[in-house]
Amino acid sequence: MADTVLFELLHTEMVAELWAPDPDPGPGGQKTSLSVLESMGFRVGQALGERLPQETLGFREELEVLKFLCKDLWVAVFHKQMDSLRTNHQGTYVLQDNSFPLLVPMASGRQYVEEAPKFLAFTCGLLCGALGTLGFQSLVTASVTALPACKFQVVIRKP
Amino acid sequence: MSRPVPRRPEYHKINRDLLVLTYGALVAQLCKDYEKDEDVNKYLDKMGYGIGTRLVEDFLARSCVRRCHSYSEITHIIAEVAFKMYLGVTPSVTCNNSSKNEFSLILDKNPLSEFVEELPAGRSSLCYCNLLCGIIRGALEMVHLAVDVMFLQDRLKGDSVTEIGITFLKQPEKKKYRRRK
Repeated sequence: MADTVLFELLHTEMVAELWAPDPDPGPGGQKTSLSVLESMGFRVGQALGERLPQETLGFREELEVLKFLCKDLWVAVFHKQMDSLRTNHQGTYVLQDNSFPLLVPMASGRQYVEEAPKFLAFTCGLLCGALGTLGFQSLVTASVTALPACKFQVVIRKP
Repeated sequence: MSRPVPRRPEYHKINRDLLVLTYGALVAQLCKDYEKDEDVNKYLDKMGYGIGTRLVEDFLARSCVRRCHSYSEITHIIAEVAFKMYLGVTPSVTCNNSSKNEFSLILDKNPLSEFVEELPAGRSSLCYCNLLCGIIRGALEMVHLAVDVMFLQDRLKGDSVTEIGITFLKQPEKKKYRRRK
């Protein structure tokens, strides 16, 4: 689809320009340089959350919300469903996408695994923002072992 | 993934909104990083250039346009094929001079600024959609055409329409390789 291409290219430029390696990578160092992209993703996620169909805003169950994100939101944004959702039923969820569209053009396999987190920061923020609009505070991190598969770990914060 | 995915009409809108919202977040971030409007404009143009150099390949692959024989043809293709394909709008084209190398794309509705009512306070010379200028410039440079692209009118600044001016710069090396008989 043509309009997704424009978004993908825009995302690539944003990562190239806005991600800067932290000169002093302390334990919190890596986080600060990712946070610009994450906070942009958060804003977009919040706004997208507000545009979701009305019935979704009535979700109360955590698991229902996460299932919704994996199916409907992922389809709306990336044209595919999340490949798997696992949980420990204590607030931690692992969402796995075996061919994440923003990583597919990059590589296949272990090449560029160190670079991959930059390309996931925006999406982590997006998930976090969408969850926020649906009423859940969360912490979202991503990990990659082999492109283009990636895992998003969502930890729901109890109020 | 061959299982059919449920496509509700709202999701198409979400997908379109994704680009517009992401662009808005980008401009907001750049306004935070740079105080001067000119710097934000320049940065947007630079990013657009990077996008344009890659977008042109996707465009050529999808559209199969034939080789163009005039600047006017090229401008029409940008308006009627490219803009339609990527942004869903078709600007109208006008030619601004008799030597036929200055054109304008006139947009009634600019999809990238759909959610913007007015420019932020103190940002009156911000060219909100300057990314588009960079994209056009980058794309055309990849097909060996040097152009100057800039916003001539902007609805966000109070004008009645949004006008993007494209000036095709003359190629000085054109006559160099003429064979002498």
